[in-house]
Order: sequence, then structure tokens, then C-alpha cells
Amino acid sequence: MKYNKLYYILSLFTIAALLLFSAQSLKAAQNEEEGFNAGPFIIEHVIDSYGWHICGDGDKSVTIPLPIILFDDGLQVFSSSHLHHGEAAYNGYAMGWGENKGSIVKLQDDYTGHLEEGQEYAVDHVCKFNISITKNVCALFLSLALIIWIFLSVAKQYERHPNEAPRGLQGLIEPVVVFLQDEVINPSLGDKAAKYTPYLLTLFFFILLNNLMGIIPIFPGGANLTGNIAVTGILALFTFFITQFSGNKEYWKDIVNTPGVPWWLKIPLPIMPFVEFIGIFTKPFVLMVRLFANITAGHIIILGFISLIFIFGQMTPVLGFAVSPVSVLFYIFMGCLELLVAFIQAFVFTLLSAIYIGMACGNEEHEEHTELAK
Amino acid sequence: MELIKPSFGLIFWMLIGFSILFFILARFAWPVITNGIASRNKKIQDQLDEAAKVHEEMEKIHLRHDEMVAQAKADRDAILAEARKISAEIQENAKAKADSEAQAIIEEAKKAIHFEKMKAMTDVKNEIANLSIDIAEKVMAQELSDKAKQEQLISKWVEENQLN
Repeated sequence: MKYNKLYYILSLFTIAALLLFSAQSLKAAQNEEEGFNAGPFIIEHVIDSYGWHICGDGDKSVTIPLPIILFDDGLQVFSSSHLHHGEAAYNGYAMGWGENKGSIVKLQDDYTGHLEEGQEYAVDHVCKFNISITKNVCALFLSLALIIWIFLSVAKQYERHPNEAPRGLQGLIEPVVVFLQDEVINPSLGDKAAKYTPYLLTLFFFILLNNLMGIIPIFPGGANLTGNIAVTGILALFTFFITQFSGNKEYWKDIVNTPGVPWWLKIPLPIMPFVEFIGIFTKPFVLMVRLFANITAGHIIILGFISLIFIFGQMTPVLGFAVSPVSVLFYIFMGCLELLVAFIQAFVFTLLSAIYIGMACGNEEHEEHTELAK
Repeated sequence: MELIKPSFGLIFWMLIGFSILFFILARFAWPVITNGIASRNKKIQDQLDEAAKVHEEMEKIHLRHDEMVAQAKADRDAILAEARKISAEIQENAKAKADSEAQAIIEEAKKAIHFEKMKAMTDVKNEIANLSIDIAEKVMAQELSDKAKQEQLISKWVEENQLN
């Protein structure tokens, strides 16, 4: 009883806080002269940025400035706060606009200071070797530290208390590891499982943790790391290289001379070998796009629901208030869905990676799994 | 289009970061964790096997114990039966011996009685003979007196003898 009461009070408080917060944001949005534009608002929230925006809007916003690192005529390191969200230049460096949006550009003169609106600034070149610690890189480091900490402490538990019942964090991690080993890694890889287990487990927990961190709307979560194509691309690239390097003779023979296919598909025009060759690259490509699209789509839908409040609020504030509970409800629903998706996508990426590697290793007894993959 | 344009910086850091993560976990975490799980699994399996073995052993012991109890009971019954038989035999023997002894004593007594009887008969015969001689003597002595007196006297002595 007591717990239930507390629960209701807490829920009411949360909803009230959300309403108040949205009302405040509404006022801020109304104050902007150009009005609220949902498209750029949403994109701005799912892409990378040079600072970690925490709260507030415009000049009053609270942002953690992150370092910009460039290899452009020597090493250039400076804080992103010098660039004022793209409104200023520092030693000739400024945030790109138009087709260079998202990059750092070098202006033709080494200008430092405010960039006037409406004035044309000539771009000398785009900085190619830009290894700035952006919001996503920062989130990457945070998640790496978190994963390393979690798993080293769990490993320590195993060392300290060998052959004992799992406790604490160990009890949370172990069922997942056992599930992955028994349901994903061992069935796909058979006797070669031990060799690839470290990679696949690392992959799963990296994706899962970053998916979950991405759902958290406030610092230190909120960076859309697994919804970034560079991140999913690198993960897919790892799977791609591991698959190719573990490919045995059978694997390559099947690509060149696919069994079970009529001969006229191979000679004189090598259609089938060509399709198989393309298949080598489409598999990791699909891995990359699937994770990226799933996570980004979830975030876009949530941001869309939140945007509804502002869109209606622009018409009349009352409408904005009326819509906000609906938006919040949909947000909660989508949040639950995203939680599910976070697990599913981590699982699917790992499962498919395991199957691709298993196919390359030529594990005869797991034909059914390979069928599933197609 | 910024959404689907991978940035160089993130690719760079991701390559380094994920490689570092992989090497640290592959070196220090996964072997320990997977071996830990495998070793615990093995231990549990071993203990289960051992428990099954012990259970089997226990069953065997139980069986043997039952057998032993049954054997002991059978032995006891046999011993008791033997004892009963022996005791019956002893009783039988004792009875037969007592009977034969009693018979012997009776025989002896009968013999003794017969002997005594014979002896008494002999004595009586001798006494009667003596008495007859005495009477004959007295009759002889009185023979010359009157005949009536003689008869009176004889009947008087016969009477006396009869009374004796």
C-alpha cells in the first residue's frame, strides 16, 4: 500500500515536471522569431556535434565544450567554445555550413571572432583530418570506460570467488554471456566457437550498452552513438575482416563456383560468382545500415512526438499543453519499444556476425542457421 | 545528408577505441569469465555425477544390508529350530532313561518280594512241620488214655492252632 502510494506520487510528480519543462521550452520556442522547425531540430539531435549540449536554449544554453583536434598545417587543438556553435571563427577555423555542414572549414584569412550573418566568408578548404573529440567520441570513451570497468570487475569476481554462485554485477552479466554462448556463438560456430567468442561478446555488449545509453535523454547518455553510421560501419567492418580472414578454402570455392546452381549462370557470363562476390560486401553493409537505421529511427520518432508539443504550441499555447500528455505517453511507449530494440539489435548484430563467420569457417552442421541468415 | 555521411574523426576514434576495448576484454575479461563459467559448470556436473554415484552405492549398501538382515533372520530361525529339536531329544532321552530305571527298580522289588515270599513260605512250612511233629508228639503221649479225651484234646489243639 505504502509503496503504491509513493509510486503514484512519484509518477504524478514526473508528469508534472515534464509538463512544466515542456511549457518552459514552449515559451522559449515561441520567443524565437523564425518559429519552430521540427526537421532541423530532430536532425540536430540525432547527429554528432562539437559540444555536449546539456540544457537551455540559445545564449543561455549549458554546453560542455569539447576539444577540436585537426591535422591541418600541423596539429591544431582548441576548444569548441571558441566557435560559438558556428557563429564564430578561431584562427581561421569555423564550423562548416551548407554542403560542409558538420565539418570544420579553414577560411581564406586567419580570422578570429564573430561571423556576421549575411556576410560571405570564402572557404579555403575543408579540414580532412579532423579527429575532434565530438559528442559521440566523448560518449564512446565514456562507454568504453564503463564496459571495461564492468567486465574487469566481473572478471575479478570470478578470480576471487572461483566456482561460487554469481553475485552482484556477475549475476546480471553471466546469464547474458551464457545465453549468447549457448544460443548464438556455439550453434553458429561449432568447434571454432572459442576463437571468436571474445569478439562476439565484446560486440554484443558494446552495442547493447551504447543503445541503452542512447535512450537516456540526459547527460551522460543521449549521444546517438549506435545510430551513427560511422560507428555501425566500423563494427560491420570488423565483422567483414574477421569473416574474410577466417574464410577457408570451401568458402572461397563456393563464391567462385557456387554449388547447386545451373552451369549457364557461371559460364560464359560469371553472373553467380559476381552476385556472390557482391554478397561479401552486402552482408556487412546490411549489418551497418540495420543497426544505424533502427536506432536512429527510434530516436527520430521520439523527437517527432516531442516536436508535436512545440508545433501545436506555436498555434496556441493551450493546444500545446493539451497535446503534451499525449506526446509524453507516446514517448513512454516509444521508450519501452526502444528498450526492446536496444536488446534485439545488439542480439541481431551479434547473431548475424556469428553466422557470417560460421559460414566462412565452413561449419557443415549448421546449414539451417545459414538458411536463416538468407 | 550529414546523417548518413560518416565522419573521419568518429571512424578514427571508433577504430582505436573498439580495438582497445576488444584487446583489453579479450585479454583480461572474457577468458576469465568464460573459463569461470565453464569451470563452475564442470564442478556442478562433477558433483551431480558424484551424488548419483553415491546414491547408487547407497542403494547397493542398502540392498546388501537387507540381504544380511534376511540371512540373519534365517540363521536365527534355523538355530532356534535346532535348539528345539535338541531339547526335545534330551527330554525324550531323559524320559526313556527314567522309565527304564523305574522298570528296573520295579523288577528288583518284585524279585525281592518273591524271594521274601519264598523265604516266608519255607519258614511257614518248617513251622507247620515242627508244629505237626509237636502235635504228633503230644498225640502220641496221650494215645493210651481214653479215646474221647484224645479227640477232645486234638480238636482243642486244632482250635488253638487255628486261632494262632
